[in-house]
Amino acid sequence: MATLTRAPGSAGRRRQGASHRSTVTMKIAMALSGAVLLAYLTAHMLGNLKIFFGESSFDHYAHWLRTIGEPLVPHEGALWIIRVGLTVSVVVHMAMAILLTRRARRARPVKYVHRPPVQGSYAARTMRWGGVIIALFVVYHLLDLTVGVANPTGAAGKPYTNVTADFEHWYITVIYTVAVVAVGFHLRHGVWSMTRTLGRRRPGTERLAGRIATGYAVSMTAGFLSVPFAVTVGIVG
Amino acid sequence: MKLTLRIWRQKGPKDRGGMVAYDVPDASADMSFLELLDVLNERLIESGEEPVAFDHDCREGICGACSLVIDGVPHGPQKATTTCQLHLRHFRDGQSIDVEPWRAAAFPVVKDLVVDRGGLDRIIEAGGYVSAPTGSAPEAHATPIPKADADAAFEAATCIGCGACVAACPNGSAMLFTAAKATHLGLLPQGKVEQDTRVDAMIHAHDEADFGGCTNTGECTAVCPKGIPLGVIGRFNADVLGAVRRGR
Repeated sequence: MATLTRAPGSAGRRRQGASHRSTVTMKIAMALSGAVLLAYLTAHMLGNLKIFFGESSFDHYAHWLRTIGEPLVPHEGALWIIRVGLTVSVVVHMAMAILLTRRARRARPVKYVHRPPVQGSYAARTMRWGGVIIALFVVYHLLDLTVGVANPTGAAGKPYTNVTADFEHWYITVIYTVAVVAVGFHLRHGVWSMTRTLGRRRPGTERLAGRIATGYAVSMTAGFLSVPFAVTVGIVG
Repeated sequence: MKLTLRIWRQKGPKDRGGMVAYDVPDASADMSFLELLDVLNERLIESGEEPVAFDHDCREGICGACSLVIDGVPHGPQKATTTCQLHLRHFRDGQSIDVEPWRAAAFPVVKDLVVDRGGLDRIIEAGGYVSAPTGSAPEAHATPIPKADADAAFEAATCIGCGACVAACPNGSAMLFTAAKATHLGLLPQGKVEQDTRVDAMIHAHDEADFGGCTNTGECTAVCPKGIPLGVIGRFNADVLGAVRRGR
């Protein structure tokens, strides 16, 4: 083979310059849209912790979110820019996930008769169904605490009242706990996979990337869970 | 020792196929797994039955011809070992063992346990070579290569192209193979100059052969008989990203 005098890839000239349509590029799109959602989630989690500083602090923070960038942008302008950015990211992330999942299914039309559980992490195995659970939860979460129709109180402009009204019901705490844990697992494999997909040339970075991903996922899960549990046990509200 | 084999039998590409159980009462712990199949086949031939078709060649773990998913694990339970180097002492007397072919759309079954691994060849044809005529082996010190690069290239070059990574991958992806081949060439001066066109061509040959996309689960490296590290995939991704950025 080494005696060939063509440049690699020259045989498929028509396909050249098409790297942007490969499975690797789809994963890059997935990683980048995931990174946007990651940045948002981090800010969301930190913002939630305002609840520990009392009702006025929490509500003031929630109202401030609507006034960011004024008067340069109109009222709620920045919020809507963020919402559009998030929607685009979610659409890209889910579209790539669906395309890659369908591709994976096609790639193994006949299943193994004997197949032990995959050796990869639980997080890696549950990415797809976990993602579906998270997507359904996000719909409920928006109806609950953004629109307010699914909230026991649904008081407009009073997020503290709505949050505490939620988690006085044990079953709502359970729903949020399940969803947040699903997010935690998704983040564990997602963050790790992102560091692989966006490319690491230096060898031996896997272990470090794995530790960072675990640390990040655990702290995000703990941060998000602290609010419902604090309300349920009566520390807040 | 006595073993019961449940083997995937399939007359041809169009046949539905299914698992068939065979008892092998006269197996020895010193036999390799392929020798176990040889013993079974001799008996099948003597009794006028069709022997079990399976791929094999060097039987010393370096050619990449042997395959077999043994109890759900490509190349069986022993880590970093090809099926031909897997000995029966790693199994219990009286054990029942399931034997299946590699399963992937890109690896259609030819017969029984033999699959067509031509998809991997097409990835190599697309870019798994250097186009400069290299002639005879050059003076070793003529081109300085950093030790770390030489080591990483050599580690990637130990890939024997057996396809166990594809067989193990829940997505049926051949990324570990593709990345190993691209890494081994791309790290060395003779191959470096063509790395952009190489990774572009190889990832397309990979996708066109109906292999799935990688999700970094690491199943591949766990079963790889040569222990190719998952790091080659990260490096390959970085190379593809570089090729995209430079508009290739």
